[in-house]
Amino acid sequence: MKPWSTGWRLALRFGLAVVIAVMFLFPIYWLAAISLKSPEEIFAYPPVWLPEKPNFSSYITLFRDGDAWAVWNSLVTAGISTVLAMIFGTLAAYAIVRYRTGGDHLAIWIISQRMIPPICVAFPIFLLYVLLGLIDTYTGLIALYTAFNLPYVIWMMRGYIQDIPVDLEQSAMVDGLSRLAVIRKVVLPMVKGGFFATAVFTFIFAWNDFLFALILTRSEVVTYPVQVTGYFGSQSTFWSKIGAMSMLGVLPMMIVVGTMQRFIVRGMSMGAVKG
Amino acid sequence: MADLTLENVEKHYGDVQAVRGVSLHVESGNFVVLVGPSGCGKSTLLRAIAGLEGVSSGTIRIGDRDVTNLAPRQRDIAMVFQSYALYPYLSVYENIAFGLRARKVAAAEVDERVHWAADMLSIGSFLDRHPRELSGGQRQRVAIGRAIVREASLYLFDEPLSNLDAKLRDGMREELKRLHSEIGRTFVYVTHDQIEAMTLADRIVLLNNGVIEQDGPPLDLFERPNNRFVAGFLGSPPMNMLDVAVQGDDRSIRLADGQHLRADNASLPAHDGACVWGIRPEHVTLSNGDEPSVEGVVDVVQPTGSRLFASVTVSGQHLTAELDAHADIRVGRPITLSVAIDRTVFFDLGGRRLNQG
Ligand SMILES: Nc1ncnc2c1ncn2[C@@H]1O[C@H](COP(=O)(O)OP(=O)(O)OP(=O)(O)O)[C@@H](O)[C@H]1O
Ligand SMILES: [Mg+2]
Repeated sequence: MKPWSTGWRLALRFGLAVVIAVMFLFPIYWLAAISLKSPEEIFAYPPVWLPEKPNFSSYITLFRDGDAWAVWNSLVTAGISTVLAMIFGTLAAYAIVRYRTGGDHLAIWIISQRMIPPICVAFPIFLLYVLLGLIDTYTGLIALYTAFNLPYVIWMMRGYIQDIPVDLEQSAMVDGLSRLAVIRKVVLPMVKGGFFATAVFTFIFAWNDFLFALILTRSEVVTYPVQVTGYFGSQSTFWSKIGAMSMLGVLPMMIVVGTMQRFIVRGMSMGAVKG
Repeated sequence: MADLTLENVEKHYGDVQAVRGVSLHVESGNFVVLVGPSGCGKSTLLRAIAGLEGVSSGTIRIGDRDVTNLAPRQRDIAMVFQSYALYPYLSVYENIAFGLRARKVAAAEVDERVHWAADMLSIGSFLDRHPRELSGGQRQRVAIGRAIVREASLYLFDEPLSNLDAKLRDGMREELKRLHSEIGRTFVYVTHDQIEAMTLADRIVLLNNGVIEQDGPPLDLFERPNNRFVAGFLGSPPMNMLDVAVQGDDRSIRLADGQHLRADNASLPAHDGACVWGIRPEHVTLSNGDEPSVEGVVDVVQPTGSRLFASVTVSGQHLTAELDAHADIRVGRPITLSVAIDRTVFFDLGGRRLNQG
């Protein structure tokens, strides 16, 4: 290889990375720009790249009318259901791996639950929720998201826990830890990367849910995806509101993914190595 | 510190009888080695003592407590695993401190004891490192440190040296023995290596197929094995086993090809007829003419520097002799070897040792 070729290769890679980054970041930039544009700028042609004077009126409207609550509702339902799914899922996965609960096939059966198209169960769940009075409640959505994420959490955590040498746990038990303490002091530190990666995905699944949020909420716990789609009217579309609401919805995701990036990458590659 | 008593301990996995009816008493402060071929049930037995494996029947007592149904953490034991079982996310210091912290020992005492253990094992200089930054030998020391740092009634070791290379193993054997005499606790140690068993043990428990073949001080087992299995397991190269016939009346040993040793002054078994003659390689020497001797042909010569091992065909059977490093022998030549009959043993055809008188 000629000496200058490494330089070129580096430049090429860098260039490619920039192109890809721009491709992925552009929509977010565009949303941010729309949310700050004046109505004329939104429809201007040629397009306005940067609003002349940032216009915060859409944000003010969202907070004044209470539309921004939808983001809070999403945070609560996705956040709490993620915490619950991670706790129960990890304990269930531990039981499946170490106590062989359900033999060899339980884990497969559990993950198969995940393969049901949600629309198939939407109607029965709606009827059930009407019966139980869970329509338009936090409890209802949190329970549903927890249930829907559990198979995924169990499946992922099962894989990570299987990779822990059992000697590590047994050594800790001889040293004086109870089973629960072993899970806290040995299992969790060992699976930390996978645990957080799984939690992030679980959170995203709940955050992105549209179908159930649409049919199971009315006004009190409307979530962000439902709220934002409400702005696409049949007569008129409220672009600046869409932009502003999207920014409010994307921000928590960016914070979560940004802080957990290290774990997500490691967690996913752990899965890859294991096959 | 405490003694350990096993009464009729049995363990089966489905149809596999891993341990059958083992009874054993280990005195407080002893270094006991459980040894035997692969799959004989030594790990199973050790793990049953630790409580990591339940027993199918029988009782386990540590000191005066019946621990048979207690969880590992209630048994007051420390254990070194073959895989070392170090926590990769903790520093060496925290690895060693783990058991103390689990038992809520005060911070100052934790620090004192970790440094004491680190000094004992000369690992003080890498307490801040993580296990992945250590060599195999260093990890092994940390694993031992994790166990001895605790004040337990009983210390269990499952093949702690088997992942080390031969040189390191020799060094660690010596250190373990020194460690045991310095801290004076009860050690139960599992290995499949007979040299480790011989060198380390106050007492050897030799297992085979889940039963104790013999137990006692190492030299007892070595010199007075109960049976062929024990005799063949201990010693390297192993004891030679020759098919012979003993004639009590005329005090002689007869080989299949008609060779005939007179043993006028030596002790022979009170037995007439076919038996197996067990001769350790070190009890065979080049004949100087006036002792009972056998004749054979040299097959292979293996000098080790300090000694020389010669494989000799005697009466169609194989005999290994441990000779002087400079012994003048050649492959293919006939050779005359004298045997220290008093130091040899005889077995009946079922493999049990015959009394010599
Ligand atoms: N969990 C298990 N399930 C079924 N059989 C087992 C189990 N553990 C051990 N065994 C069987 O029990 C017997 C004794 O096993 P054990 O591990 O105690 O042998 P060992 O003496 O430690 O051998 P090694 O020197 O190879 O470690 C073996 O036949 C083994 O196959
Ligand atoms: Mg073993």
